[in-house]
Amino acid sequence: MVDVVVIGAGVTGCAVARELARYEYKVTVLERASDVCEGTSKANSGIVHAGYDAHPGTLKAKLNVEGNRMMETLSKELDFPFKRNGSLVLCFDEKDRPRLQKLYEQGVENGVKELRIVEREELKLLEPNISDDAVAALYAPTGGIVCPFGLTIALAENAAVNGVDFRLNTEVLEIEKTESGYRVITNDGTLESRMVVNAAGVYADRFHNMVSGEKIHIIPRKGEYCLMDKKVGGLVSHTVFQLPTVYGKGVLVTPTVHGNLLIGPTAVDVEDHEAVNTTGEGLADVLKRAALSVQNLPTGQIITSFAGLRAHEEKGDFVIGQPEDAPGFFDTAGIESPGLTCAPALGKYVAEQVLEYYPAKKKTDFINTRKGIPNMALADGEERARLIAENPLYANVVCRCELVTEGEIMDAIHRPLGATTLDGVKRRTRAGMGRCQAGFCSPKTVEILAGELGRDMAEIRKNDPGSEFLTGYDKDGIEE
Amino acid sequence: MKKDLVIIGGGPAGLAAAVAAKEAGVDDLLILERDARLGGILNQCIHNGFGLHTFKEELTGPEYAGRYIDKVLALKIPYKLNTMVVDLTEQQTVKENRKLVTVMNREEGLYTIEARAVILAMGCRERSRGALNIPGYRPAGIYSAGTAQRYVNMEGRMPGREVVILGSGDIGLIMARRMTLEGAKVKLVAELMPYSGGLKRNIVQCLDDFGIPLKLSHTVVDIKGKERVEAVVIAQVDEHSKPIHGTEEEIKCDTLLLSCGLIPENELSEGLGVEMNPVTKGPKVNESLETDRKGVFACGNVLHVHDLVDYVSEEAAQAGKRAAAYLQGSLPEVKREIPIKAVNGVRYTVPVSLDVERMEDIQVVRFRVGNVYRDAAIEVSFNGNVVSSRKKKVLAPGEMEQIVLKKIDLEQIEDLRDITVAVRQKEEKIHG
Repeated sequence: MVDVVVIGAGVTGCAVARELARYEYKVTVLERASDVCEGTSKANSGIVHAGYDAHPGTLKAKLNVEGNRMMETLSKELDFPFKRNGSLVLCFDEKDRPRLQKLYEQGVENGVKELRIVEREELKLLEPNISDDAVAALYAPTGGIVCPFGLTIALAENAAVNGVDFRLNTEVLEIEKTESGYRVITNDGTLESRMVVNAAGVYADRFHNMVSGEKIHIIPRKGEYCLMDKKVGGLVSHTVFQLPTVYGKGVLVTPTVHGNLLIGPTAVDVEDHEAVNTTGEGLADVLKRAALSVQNLPTGQIITSFAGLRAHEEKGDFVIGQPEDAPGFFDTAGIESPGLTCAPALGKYVAEQVLEYYPAKKKTDFINTRKGIPNMALADGEERARLIAENPLYANVVCRCELVTEGEIMDAIHRPLGATTLDGVKRRTRAGMGRCQAGFCSPKTVEILAGELGRDMAEIRKNDPGSEFLTGYDKDGIEE
Repeated sequence: MKKDLVIIGGGPAGLAAAVAAKEAGVDDLLILERDARLGGILNQCIHNGFGLHTFKEELTGPEYAGRYIDKVLALKIPYKLNTMVVDLTEQQTVKENRKLVTVMNREEGLYTIEARAVILAMGCRERSRGALNIPGYRPAGIYSAGTAQRYVNMEGRMPGREVVILGSGDIGLIMARRMTLEGAKVKLVAELMPYSGGLKRNIVQCLDDFGIPLKLSHTVVDIKGKERVEAVVIAQVDEHSKPIHGTEEEIKCDTLLLSCGLIPENELSEGLGVEMNPVTKGPKVNESLETDRKGVFACGNVLHVHDLVDYVSEEAAQAGKRAAAYLQGSLPEVKREIPIKAVNGVRYTVPVSLDVERMEDIQVVRFRVGNVYRDAAIEVSFNGNVVSSRKKKVLAPGEMEQIVLKKIDLEQIEDLRDITVAVRQKEEKIHG
């Protein structure tokens, strides 16, 4: 019997798990994928929203502003990349000014600090490459950018170090109510738990509806993105939005926290909960719409494109807390944008509810800090020399585009909740995230993974089972 | 550490440059190689056909590299393996200009080499699926042709069983044959352009001989399969390379290989501020293969993508020789740079300029054309006056072309202002 089962090891599940780890609870996180951060958390804008988008009074508004405030401290505690680069919402038409003003007022009401409207001249000073069509913008200096993998993995590692049990490759099939709580039936055994936290992303409605009569409905909303080379990461320094439409925040143009340029997302509701494919129309749409915000969009510098699915609940707000007919079952459903921003606040918010339902003592030995993997690419000469002196493998470059060394890859594999897949290594170290997109380093990384995990190269996967890279040996199947 | 000459890259270009520099009298030189062995990409090119021009025999890639590695060893040219150049900068002192090459490796850690001259020979990389912006899922089973080649030829492992290849670049064609020989089924090669990007001989020997269809004016418009590639959708494209609706065809396969062009790896050159040619994506160089940074030379695929390694070696030897002359003070200062202009179907030239005083008796100018031309001629003009016209039955983008300029000819031109290289198509006869 455990105290809490958390379903889903995305940013929300990991944030909740880390908060619960502060208390004397037995917590198990169940994740159907082979790593944490494999769903919506890995394919989004990586934005820490200021908090002017959500309607005042909603959970989205409350948690956004709070999450934004918490992010900086958390990034220092848990050592993940975060930058407060500020954001701009462009207004392209004088007729739209009332909507810009309304957004400003909404932000003020939500408690967003330092918010103001900037006129064309100042906008041009803030962003020299901004489109000539932009007449004004809402400027939010508190907006930021974060590494979504860095954040999620940091939360997960820290939760694990503090005793949370992560079970990967474990898919929840059924949830039954019992006298003492819930029975969670998985593809790998059954767990009895006093409480359940539902952080299952686009599948959260499925689990909610297993225990509650008040049905919810999640619609996967696809967002496609293009990522560009670091050479053009400086095209803009702020996160540049367009005035929101009924489909969300419009297309953004932003530097990523790692210095690439990111454009997207589209917003298309889809049936398929696994449809993380990009489409010709979607990518064309992203390029077309991003070109409205900036001059000379460097389309020739695209290094990859991807799609993610936001978990949109049809009523529009986050669904957080216990359904009336399912005490001890805590939803965190419909966590679409600004979910990433909200995660730290949301984790705390849910933990408070859990505590209220079933109190526990605070641990005295909770470790609230975590040191990330060294980063040779960002280290200065002195730091590089120090790291190499500590471990010469930090001098052996595996990924030349992002300057990732064998030492960093070894760290990624041997950490708590270490990487077991190529994508896992990639998200922890950036190996393969550069301009050659793993062309040179993937065979080497596969070899290192095989060596360190004591497996054959043929068993090494990109991510989930079935994504092995190699299909056999040369001349297999050729008849003599 | 101080060196007269540092050569960045120990592939075919770096090796030939080092050998030539040493033979020209540069003793204090060093090759820096990021891989575990010298030879570069040739190590995985186990097919033959290398060296027909240089050695008058057909060698495999490793054999061809071996010839140069033997020379490097015989000449006792020092080299460092597993060594990555992480930074390249310049330092101007009162006395001279020095290049600072910061490197790191497991054995020696991180340190900076002061070099009087540098030869850039870092080679190129393959264009990725991301850069091509092909829509669809992102499963395992999508490889650049070179990555697949490494698995098959270096590790003895098959990256797939049922293969579609996009792009008819030479590595893709070579891999179509290799995968077939190793037991895979190569279903087709799709090429966006109406002509192949590879050598004619490779189309014949790698596709035709194995009955592998080449679909020109086709591209991949969708990739299916969440974990592993399950199928790709190909479609015909129009004259603007846009897919034509209704021509889509789904091809079941577990692997997609990409051979859609090579990109010179000039991150170090760009970091140094070397002026680049947007067409080749390599540095702009003069007749001495010297960039706009004094004492910084470039050769091989980092300069422009070659079709045959023989030309890489030839060009690199020239870079080595000129770097030696620079170090020995026998390379005159640039006085009068004459631009070499690529016009009318010629996409670029290497070099982009020459100084008649600095040039050797003979100057090779290499280039590629932008389209397929039949019964055409390559025309060279000085100051707009045609001085030579060489007939070519076929000119194709996949094959590198060259012209040879003689110093005595150039010296005779009064007030030489420019040299142009152009494709001239035969005028159609009006009366039969």
